[in-house]
Amino acid sequence: MAEYHLTTPISEEQVRKFRIGDILFVSGTLISARDSGHERTLEYLREGKTLPVNFSGNVLYHVGPVVKREGENWKIISAGPTTSARLEMYEAEFIEKTGVKIIVGKGGMGEKTAEACKKFGAVYAIFTGGAGALAAKAVEKVEKVEWLDLGVPEALWIMKVKEFGPLTVVIDSTGKNFYADMKKKVEKNLEKAYSIIGL
Amino acid sequence: MLIMISEDLLTNKIAKMVSTAAIYLPEDVKTALKNAYEKEGNPVAKKVFESILENIKVAENEKRPLCQDTGTIIYYIKAGENFPFLGKLPKILKEATVKATVATPLRPNAVDVITGKNSGNNIGENIPWIEWEIVPNSEEAEITVMLKGGGSEAPSIAKVLPPGLGVKGALKIAIDDVFEMGAKPCPPVIVGVGLGGTGDIAMKLAKKALLRPIGSRNPRKKVAELEDKLLEALNTLGWGPHGVGGATTALDAHIETAHRHPATLAVGVATNCWASRRSTLKVMGDKVEYLTHKFLNKEEE
Repeated sequence: MAEYHLTTPISEEQVRKFRIGDILFVSGTLISARDSGHERTLEYLREGKTLPVNFSGNVLYHVGPVVKREGENWKIISAGPTTSARLEMYEAEFIEKTGVKIIVGKGGMGEKTAEACKKFGAVYAIFTGGAGALAAKAVEKVEKVEWLDLGVPEALWIMKVKEFGPLTVVIDSTGKNFYADMKKKVEKNLEKAYSIIGL
Repeated sequence: MLIMISEDLLTNKIAKMVSTAAIYLPEDVKTALKNAYEKEGNPVAKKVFESILENIKVAENEKRPLCQDTGTIIYYIKAGENFPFLGKLPKILKEATVKATVATPLRPNAVDVITGKNSGNNIGENIPWIEWEIVPNSEEAEITVMLKGGGSEAPSIAKVLPPGLGVKGALKIAIDDVFEMGAKPCPPVIVGVGLGGTGDIAMKLAKKALLRPIGSRNPRKKVAELEDKLLEALNTLGWGPHGVGGATTALDAHIETAHRHPATLAVGVATNCWASRRSTLKVMGDKVEYLTHKFLNKEEE
């Protein structure tokens, strides 16, 4: 298991080196998107409209932060990852069309995302779910916010981060999916679990 | 005549409780997480617990919500029939919710189910949700807030089984649920199971079971034994914290029961993430006592 300290923009060549279990710390640009953010991004791209942000080579973070308005600026108060599985329905197309290289969330993603990571050279990594206060410490400032009409959690928050991590790679660009393998291991324990309750 | 607290002061005290619940985990949850860290053998899982414990510290030191997800705000009221604010409580709770949203701050989390528009202040149609329990011959009230995370809400299940499948069959649903959901609900989780009644009653019991302190057992011995077995079974799965593999998939399992219909065995399963946020205060005349986060009693003196 290797540890990498990276600065955005991140190239496909860099990303292709990462393997399951590697630890990443990222500095540079982090862009948040959840369900509505993904949906509108794909809508824009399908219609040929220009996106207000550039995901290419940057880090996509599945998060809906707690924010505070301080004069003209926004401050990130708490920003742990949201459950990535909800975004499985968008992510493969998102990776293909935006050129995003690192996706950060929690809870794992599915086969379509893993295939897209393999095909287009991207990885999916996790930050500890629920650790919102810890994640916010890495945010130096909010560069800008787009699509605030979607509501605070769903807007695109463009953040400047320093040493954001540790992020653990759970889907790499070979298409290997840590959680899918883990589930197969856990499944073997089901019979034993049933026997404890008398089944 | 009973001397009562003012409506404004009660609103502020409740707002303080909601803010505090978002920042500080209850002691029993913290202790359970520390114990899980101590006994964890998998180094990757140990790292996850380190992050969790570090996050708890950062949240407390910097007074920030420990998780960005405000959750769905649910109040559980146990009020005396003569509690003077009985009728006013819904209004007071809405106001306290808005105040806590601004003061903490909390992420606005109430979204119109049809238009998708976020209300921006954590109140909306039927939100915050209020569960009532009326106590005869009493003028006091206990008010509990639960900040119910969204990720750990996805595993919620209500099912009505044929009674022939038995309690074992009902508990199997909880095991299968935790197996299926894996890392998604932010394990180690707390699992609540409701048995009996109807589908909705079982679900309500399951949710209420999440309020019980970790380590507490159902007063009925047979149910308490089932809780022990279910917890052991869940931890046999081996998902571990955040699904990285490990000894603690669940911090506890709580079961609540109701008599069932002869033809049905309803089962509800609710899970909470490790960031199990709840707080209770008690109102007695002009006094308010914080029961879960006792340090607030000193701060406010």
